[in-house]
Amino acid sequence: MTAKVLTITSGKGGVGKTTATANIGVALAALGQKVVCIDSDIGLRNLDVVMGLENRIVYDLVDVIEGRARLRQAMIKDKRLPELHMIPAAQTRDKTAIAPSDMIRICDELRPEMDWILIDSPAGIERGFRNAIAASDTALIVTNPEVSAVRDADRIIGLLEAEQKGPGKLIINRIRPELVERGDMLETADVLEILAVELIGLIPEDESVLIATNRGNPAALEPKSKAGQAFRDIARRLMGEEVPFPPLDGTESLRNRLSRLIHPKGAS
Amino acid sequence: MPLSVSVKGIHEGLLITPGEGNWEDAFSSLLEHLDSKPDFFFGAQAIIQLGSYPLHAADLATLRSALADRGLGLHSILSENPATVEAARSLGLGTSLPKRELKESPISTELRGMDAIFLQQTLRSGNSIHFPGHVTVLGDVNPGAEIIAGGSIIVWGHLRGTVHAGAQGDETSVVCAMDLSPMQLRIASHAATSPPRKGKTQPEIASLHDGRLVAEPWSPKDKPKAADGKIKGEDIQG
Ligand SMILES: Nc1ncnc2c1ncn2[C@@H]1O[C@H](COP(=O)(O)OP(=O)(O)OP(=O)(O)O)[C@@H](O)[C@H]1O
Ligand SMILES: [Mg+2]
Repeated sequence: MTAKVLTITSGKGGVGKTTATANIGVALAALGQKVVCIDSDIGLRNLDVVMGLENRIVYDLVDVIEGRARLRQAMIKDKRLPELHMIPAAQTRDKTAIAPSDMIRICDELRPEMDWILIDSPAGIERGFRNAIAASDTALIVTNPEVSAVRDADRIIGLLEAEQKGPGKLIINRIRPELVERGDMLETADVLEILAVELIGLIPEDESVLIATNRGNPAALEPKSKAGQAFRDIARRLMGEEVPFPPLDGTESLRNRLSRLIHPKGAS
Repeated sequence: MPLSVSVKGIHEGLLITPGEGNWEDAFSSLLEHLDSKPDFFFGAQAIIQLGSYPLHAADLATLRSALADRGLGLHSILSENPATVEAARSLGLGTSLPKRELKESPISTELRGMDAIFLQQTLRSGNSIHFPGHVTVLGDVNPGAEIIAGGSIIVWGHLRGTVHAGAQGDETSVVCAMDLSPMQLRIASHAATSPPRKGKTQPEIASLHDGRLVAEPWSPKDKPKAADGKIKGEDIQG
């Protein structure tokens, strides 16, 4: 077994990185994959809360890096899904407590035992971002259909390219179809035209996310949640399955718009 | 007494050579030159060629902070004076460049054209290109990216970022793009913004006519005519 390392990142804060990490982790584990989610947002940990594992923390990432605990001791096993694990961030330290080389070492140690390592990146483009992408095989860039979030995602994609970490894959979160239809929200096609990276997920704005977060029970565990379904679709796409994108925004199906983007001459 | 200052784009950044004379004059002429084109220099890396000026570490530190005040990084100091080289080293500055970088490209001398660079990539938000010659991009220039060129700017793709052609004052510079929708476009000291685009895009060229920024369909055969050109955005600098 050699795990793939996915870094969930965005540039702009609050767009849904932690939500995406928890839900994709849950959805992959529900497909029988061995998964570990690592919170690299040192000092602002909250992946544990979103995953509902806060009360089980004994050791954290910095304890492992500084030798106070072994990796196994810091790794919390989820009781709902036996293949799901989480390593929490330290609460009382800052980003300088870890270096990119630490992340590479930890991921190398985890790789043989896991299928997927998901790293929840802090916002920003500084030290914390560099730590989070150091060991990354593929970045999942989370953005919202909003000009400033897209601008930051573009910046992040540029930085990833400069670090030879590939262009990454895009998740557009918090889509509100009624706003898109009224022309008050960026369309998926507009976002893709600027960012020009592969799309892997379209997540609707969904209050079940908020409720799930408060309960520590990620939406991907709720069969009826729309956002949960969208995250489960991402997991299947990561597994190599071809899952069509449901037409979330507007009347024209996304498939048509995508094909227009891909073959601009044919349809315009 | 004002001294001449020469600026040339090289791989590492801008190679700046202050004129010869006494250092006080050279230094103030240099700053004057930088201040005359602040946009052009902001964000660039400087390689200062000092010839035989004997400068102490304190002089170099003053130079460095004067550059920093103007948004210029000091990449390295090139000097023929061993004491100056030593002083630069003590400040942790580079003191040499790989040989090839200083060579003049044979093509540009033979054609007596301006130096140019070619980028085959999309410039994303946060990317910034400063170059004293022409800039050609095979790719898009996204919102939040900027190109500041001494000469013309050609984008074989969508131009949605900020561009400044003729940044050292050359009013004959032009900006062309397959889709010319820049956030802001400047040529020499004239600036304009794009109105939101309606309908199909077509290749366009922006240039200066009688002090007005004009954009018109980009067709290499026509000579641009001010009268037929539609004005793109309002001139925000009069
Ligand atoms: N699809 C969604 N529908 C509704 N609410 C959402 C959705 N995605 C995220 N949220 C809410 O948005 C807020 C921010 O989400 P989250 O903490 O995942 O962002 P983040 O990118 O990790 O933030 P930070 O940059 O601070 O780490 C949370 O309150 C979350 O519940
Ligand atoms: Mg977060």
